[in-house]
Amino acid sequence: MSDERLLRSTLNGERLELAGTGAWTAVNARALEPLIGAEARSGRRRRNIRTVTVDMAGIEQLDTFGAWLLERLLRTYKARGCETELLGLSERYAGLLDEVRHTNLTNPVEGHGHGNSVIDSLRLVGASVASLGADSLKVVDMLGELAVAFARVLVRPRTFRLTSTVYHLDRVGWHAVPIVLLITFLIGCIIAQQGIFHFRKFGADIYVVDMIGILVLREIGVLIVSIMVAGRSGSAYTAELGAMKMREEIDALRTMGFDPVEVLILPRIVALIIAVPLLTFLGSLAALYGGGLVVWLYGGVDPDIFLGRLKETISIDTFMVGMVKAPFMALVIGLVACVEGLQVKGSAESLGRQTTSSVVKSIFLVIVLDGAFAMFFAAIGK
Amino acid sequence: MAANGSAATVAGANEAEAVIQVVDVVVGFGSTIVLDHINLDVYRGEVLGFVGGSGAGKSVLMRTIIGLLPKRAGTIKVLGVNMSAANDRERQAIERRWGVLFQQGALFSSLTVKQNIQFPIREYLKVSDRLLDEIAYAKLEMVGLAADAGDKFPAELSGGMIKRVALARALALDPEIVFLDEPTSGLDPIGAGDFDDLIRTLQRTLGLTVFMVTHDLDSLHHICDRIAVLADRKVIAAGPMSMMLASEHPWMKAYFRGKRARVAGL
Repeated sequence: MSDERLLRSTLNGERLELAGTGAWTAVNARALEPLIGAEARSGRRRRNIRTVTVDMAGIEQLDTFGAWLLERLLRTYKARGCETELLGLSERYAGLLDEVRHTNLTNPVEGHGHGNSVIDSLRLVGASVASLGADSLKVVDMLGELAVAFARVLVRPRTFRLTSTVYHLDRVGWHAVPIVLLITFLIGCIIAQQGIFHFRKFGADIYVVDMIGILVLREIGVLIVSIMVAGRSGSAYTAELGAMKMREEIDALRTMGFDPVEVLILPRIVALIIAVPLLTFLGSLAALYGGGLVVWLYGGVDPDIFLGRLKETISIDTFMVGMVKAPFMALVIGLVACVEGLQVKGSAESLGRQTTSSVVKSIFLVIVLDGAFAMFFAAIGK
Repeated sequence: MAANGSAATVAGANEAEAVIQVVDVVVGFGSTIVLDHINLDVYRGEVLGFVGGSGAGKSVLMRTIIGLLPKRAGTIKVLGVNMSAANDRERQAIERRWGVLFQQGALFSSLTVKQNIQFPIREYLKVSDRLLDEIAYAKLEMVGLAADAGDKFPAELSGGMIKRVALARALALDPEIVFLDEPTSGLDPIGAGDFDDLIRTLQRTLGLTVFMVTHDLDSLHHICDRIAVLADRKVIAAGPMSMMLASEHPWMKAYFRGKRARVAGL
């Protein structure tokens, strides 16, 4: 795109004559803008200019981009106190120029986001600490609302949404069984293999069975299952509630006199509280099975011996310690997922953000809770 | 580009160039046929109102023309290019020359109003940030919004503002054809009237061809040069309002001469 094809300028004493030619359109805007800019700069050097005429007779096409650049050119010279004159603009483009003439640029630069980067990052840290407090408050708040809804359901059991609960139980429980079994089975295998590999060095092969039994039943089973449920069902809860929030479905429920906590959240969390212990039980069995298989095939310990040893090491307490944690894990996952879901604002981006933070927070809390339980059981000597 | 040939006047529409040609198009979902061998021409520089009962397939035709729905038979030519035979590059060149206003606005929810308008410009043209900003404000001004709306997010806008921003985005690249899907639905009568005027003004200044799916009898009356009627899976009539009013087809009689039409002053 040669310069001459879009804008020509001739200086005639105190009079600057500009002539536009060709297509002043979006496609040529990139070539045209520097020309306009250069014209404005050179005009600054030539201080003696009094009048500027722009001859637009040679224009073949003009669109908003061209019209705006023309307007910008005229404004530049007007701001400098020159008299401007527009000649020969075709009738059909006059309306377009009128449209852009009203454009107000007084407000274009937004005044946020710039400043000292150190202070900005400190501010960010402060804001996240404050939001941590606010978030925990929201979770506690939701726990309270849930308790109220639960109490109401206890008083009037008919208001409990059984169908919905069963539906969610099917989704978060039954449909999760295959993947939970597979993962826990593999984890059991890996623990057993690693145990045998290292215990064998000092002839303590048989203690691998103790390790598998205690580790799986007390800790690993419930942890793995909780983490998987947080990733699988917690994220789904957040996304569902978030999408409903975005489309004002939750407001619609409220205006019809329904309590969203009772209709949407209670069934989901009850389903989780039922599903997670069941999945933990199945997962622990799968892990023990995987461990037993590896101990037999890789470690050469017969299944009879494995089972006998397992009976000696583990008691019902070992099993119960794991199982008792499961409903609490479910509650934490469900609460975080629902709170995050209700935090979703209007945009798709915020839905993504809340879903991510739902999964991250619930996995974090599950592990913290597990630690708290470990301290508690140690204190009561179990 | 936009104004290319806008001298073609509306009055001589029949001799004017057809920028959209729909020939013998069949569209269906599963076993139902929604559009059955339909034909429709849209001429350069006109505002075509496309009407039909709810669920008759007005939006389906619009979505088929812009390539969002597959057709089973027939050809669609836009600006002389056969859309199903065109390669990706040709298609993209055509897509740059039209703008679409979706019924719900379809603004990108995670971008501000300004960024929404700038998005197509930024993707297709290499222009400076300064020009991007200025063009966005010029477009906002054109659709009658104040510059401070530019930094808002779509979730913070009212229904009428969403429509205006969506129109500004549809106009971002100075298209030749604009598709409007029920532009005035959900607006109050005053807002709808303003929006009609806005479309008319922009259509005149920018030399646009407008394909408008609508139910609004006022819009049809005030800003449409021609009206096409979709009923029984066919375009049963296409012509000016006077022709619609003269028709004896039962659906058109009910539509254009019914109770609501009388209120609209037809």
